[in-house]
Parts: sequence; C-alpha cells; structure tokens
Amino acid sequence: MVSVEDVRKLAALARIEFTDAELEKFAEQFEGILAYVSQLEDLKVSAKGEVVSPVRNVFREDGEPREKGTYTKKIVEQFPKKEGNALKVPQIISYD
Amino acid sequence: MTKTLNELTITEAARMLRAGECTVRELYDSCVHAAKEKNVVLNAYLELFAPDEVAIAEAQARIEKEGDAAPLLCGIPLAMKDNILIEGHIASAASKILSNYRATYDATITTKLKEAGALFIGRTNMDEFAMGSSTENSAFGPVRNPIDPTRVPGGSSGGSAAASAGHLCLGSFGTDTGGSIRQPAAHCGLVGLKPTYGAISRRGLIALGSSLDQAGPLAKSVRDAKVLFDAVRGHDPLDATTITDTTYPRKETLKSFRIGVPYHLLEKGLDPDVKDNFERTLKELEAEGHTLVEVSLPTSPYALAAYYVVQPAEASTNLARFDGIRYGTSKEGKDLLAGYLASRTEGFGPETKRRILLGTFVLSSGYIDAYYRKANAARQLLREEYDRAFEKVDVIASPTTPSPAFKFGEKSDPVSMYLEDIFTVSADLTGMPALSVPMGNVERDGISLPTGIHFTAPLGADDLLFTIGARVTKETL
Repeated sequence: MVSVEDVRKLAALARIEFTDAELEKFAEQFEGILAYVSQLEDLKVSAKGEVVSPVRNVFREDGEPREKGTYTKKIVEQFPKKEGNALKVPQIISYD
Repeated sequence: MTKTLNELTITEAARMLRAGECTVRELYDSCVHAAKEKNVVLNAYLELFAPDEVAIAEAQARIEKEGDAAPLLCGIPLAMKDNILIEGHIASAASKILSNYRATYDATITTKLKEAGALFIGRTNMDEFAMGSSTENSAFGPVRNPIDPTRVPGGSSGGSAAASAGHLCLGSFGTDTGGSIRQPAAHCGLVGLKPTYGAISRRGLIALGSSLDQAGPLAKSVRDAKVLFDAVRGHDPLDATTITDTTYPRKETLKSFRIGVPYHLLEKGLDPDVKDNFERTLKELEAEGHTLVEVSLPTSPYALAAYYVVQPAEASTNLARFDGIRYGTSKEGKDLLAGYLASRTEGFGPETKRRILLGTFVLSSGYIDAYYRKANAARQLLREEYDRAFEKVDVIASPTTPSPAFKFGEKSDPVSMYLEDIFTVSADLTGMPALSVPMGNVERDGISLPTGIHFTAPLGADDLLFTIGARVTKETL
C-alpha cells in the first residue's frame, strides 16, 4: 500500500510539489504500477546479482585540456541569471 | 506512378543525385514543402530549421566532385529527435524545462552525420524525455500518425516516425530505451533499429535510462536503416560505454537463418490478425529455406516489470540535474529550495513526474532490495536465457507490438500504456540489437494499418538483423 503521505515524502525528496488532488491521483496510479511491478516477487533468482557488462562507464584520466574559453560564450548564454561571465545563484547560506 | 522527391528512399535519392536527375536543393525543398504542408496536422516537427545554405551547397559540390565516392548520406535531408544535440539549435526533449535550451555542442552522431554531408530539416516531437509509447506525453502536443491521423504514431520517437513515414524527410533518428524506435516504426510502417548497447555513441543525447538508451534509425527500407546505422556506429572516446569491433564475438553473414520463436509468449494478449501476419511471415521465411526453432525464455514475462523498476530509477537519477540553475526553465523562489521546487514543478509534465516518483521510491532505502536489486537480477537472468537461446538459433522473432496503432486517449491508464513495450523491452534490458520490419497490414475501422515483425540478435550482431530484415521486405542489400 502506498499512502498519500508516502507520495508526499517521495515528492519532497524528488524536489517536486503536488496539490492534494494530484497526490491522491498519483497514489492511486502508484498502486496499479506497483501491483504490476510486484510480479518480480515471484521470480526466483540466484544470488549472482549484478549485471556484468563488458562495457561500463568510467571517467578518463585528467588531461588534454581544451583551449580556455572554447565553450564559455555558449554556456554563459544558457545561464538564466548572470553577472558578466559568472552564473548568479540564489543566496545559499541564510543568517536568520 | 512516379514518386515525388520527398517520397524517395535514401538509396534512390543518392542515385538520382549522382546521376544529376535532381539537385540537393530540390530534394531539400521537396521535403520542406511537404513538411510545411503536413506538419499542421501531424505535429511531427517541433521546429523546421532555416536551411543551411552553406551545407546544401557543399553537399552538391561534393557529389559533383566525388560522385560514387561521396558518402551515401551526402545531401540527404534527415530529421532528428528533439533529444539529440545539434549545436546552436534548441534541444528540449519535448519538455517545458528545456524549452529554451540551446545545444552548446554537437552529439557525436550529429558530428558523424554532418561529416557525411547529411542535412537536418528540423527537430522532431517526442514523449517528454522519451517517456511514453504514443507521444501524448509531449509538452508541445501529440504527434498524429500519417497513415491514420486519428491514431497515435507510437512513441517515444513518434515525431521521427511520422516525419519519415509521412515523407517529411528521407529518414530520421530516434532513441530507444524500452522500444521507442521499434514500436513507432511498427505503427508507422517503417524499419526501426535499436542497435547493440554501445554500438552508437550516447554522447550528446539527453539521457533517460543510461544503461538502456541507444540512438538508432527510422527508415523507409532495411537498406536505408543500414546506411544510417553504418554512418554513425563505432567507438567514441567520449562515451566509455561504446563498443569496438572486438568487444563481442564476430558473427558470419548467413544465407539461411535458424529463427527462434518463443511461442509461449504469444499465447495471449495478441490481436488475432497480428498473430496471423506473424505466422504468415514466418511461413514465408521457412519456405525460403530458413528454419524455425521453438525457444523458451521463461524470464521474459517478468521483463516489463523489471524494466519499470530499472528505467524509472535511472530516469529519476538523470533528471535530478534539471534544477533551473544553469540552463533551461528557471523559476525564482524565496530561497534555493523554493527555486528548485518551482522550476521542476512547472517544468516537468505528469508522466515525467510519475516516473521520477517511482524511481525515487524503488531506490529508497526500505525498497531498494525488493525492487531495484531484484530487477537487476532479473535482467541478468534474462540475458543468460537469451545467450542460451542463441546457442541454437541466430535470431529470435516476435511481433513488435501486440496490436496496431491505437487511438488517442485509448491507453490513459499508465500500466496499459506500459504494456505496449511488452515485446521490445527485453532487447534494451539485455543490450541486444533488435529490428522492427513491416510484416503486412491489418484493418481497423476500414483503414489498413501496418504491423511489425521484431528480430533480436546476439550482442554485436546488428548486421544479421539487416540480412534477415531484407528477406522479409524482399530487398537486396
């Protein structure tokens, strides 16, 4: 069972706000989806676990820096708020 | 009846360009003309780009200079799904949260296509962040199926499918996470390929489920699909998950195939006339000398459930980056948190929110073992079963979807929509390549609608799919 309160908590974790009506609708749809997904409980699996793929995501070694400023102008253009070439963000530390 | 230029396949157009029977400009204009006329109804394109005159002129000059040595895609007008970056153009993934985002670089596949001389007509509509099977989840209105505009084109690459099937371009690229290339290909009468995971670079694609996502072509013929795939495949130093020619064992080209059929999956939930088309197609292949072999994939019935754990988990993680701070839709709040909440709440549509919540749930501490880890174990089991099946068959066949294209609003309950991908998700979970090819039509409300047959091949054996696909469409490759 997924309660409206559970969904409210998940929404807070996911940084999304819902009205009470939306929360109720989502809780109801969640029931349906989880009922379907819960078939997995019937599946017997060995303890081997994780998928071992020959390809995996790794970070390359640092190096080969691009020429400074190659992308600066294009990226700065995307900033919602800026001062010069700096990204302007809301105040993060509050003093109250 | 002579085809207009926009109705040509890539292969036909490439021949005409080389023979001087049409120019790159004429071909391009023919597609744009059709797009302007039909897009009002279809909504396949979110944006038609201003023609890149330099690229058009360069393509023409290259064909005249190099002739047959010029890449087949030189001067060919293509459409790109709205989650594939083209520098300087908006790439919104059909979401409000990225509606003003302009790509700062080219995706690797974009770079490769540009190098081949291909031209981009526009960016195509899709389900928001590629979540959906009908394009009804686009923030910018649904796409209509060119064969019957009262029906969906499938999704999430519905715009790319409608653009190719409606001849609003010669071919297009989509992305596939659970069936998003193959299912719309089946619903629009096209050939659609989900390559082996890692066969095509994911650099510059807007991520949905990173362990599942692959880009791939939607084309009017098997041959065209191969041309598009060959142009963009290959290892990319900027995507560590791309494969090389030696990652998986090489498979020799075959004259006759052993075709595996998992009959136990076809017993229920399949429209009878879709099943008839499937069985007739198999009989025709058998008559040509291919062998049918029954295969058993006992974990398959759990594949969709596993998928709807893994995919939302990865989606919720990937979509956490959209916070309104650095790019995209940005709403102000009284503090940092309020700004996040406002940007995400306004920016994401209902299905995206649903999957983010679902992903957050399956990854939360009390449930991660029961759902996420169990789903990954199921995924491993599924891959082992397919590996075992491929010891005695070369490809595995099924219908691509249980039914032809459905009407708008018909699948309003999320689970019924998710079931659209019942035959396609296994290839994404196992990473194996899969191809949908038209296998004949069925009639609904007096309209003849296409259906697709779906072939899966072992990891790295994408080329086998073109060979068997061309047997179904009676093409010579």
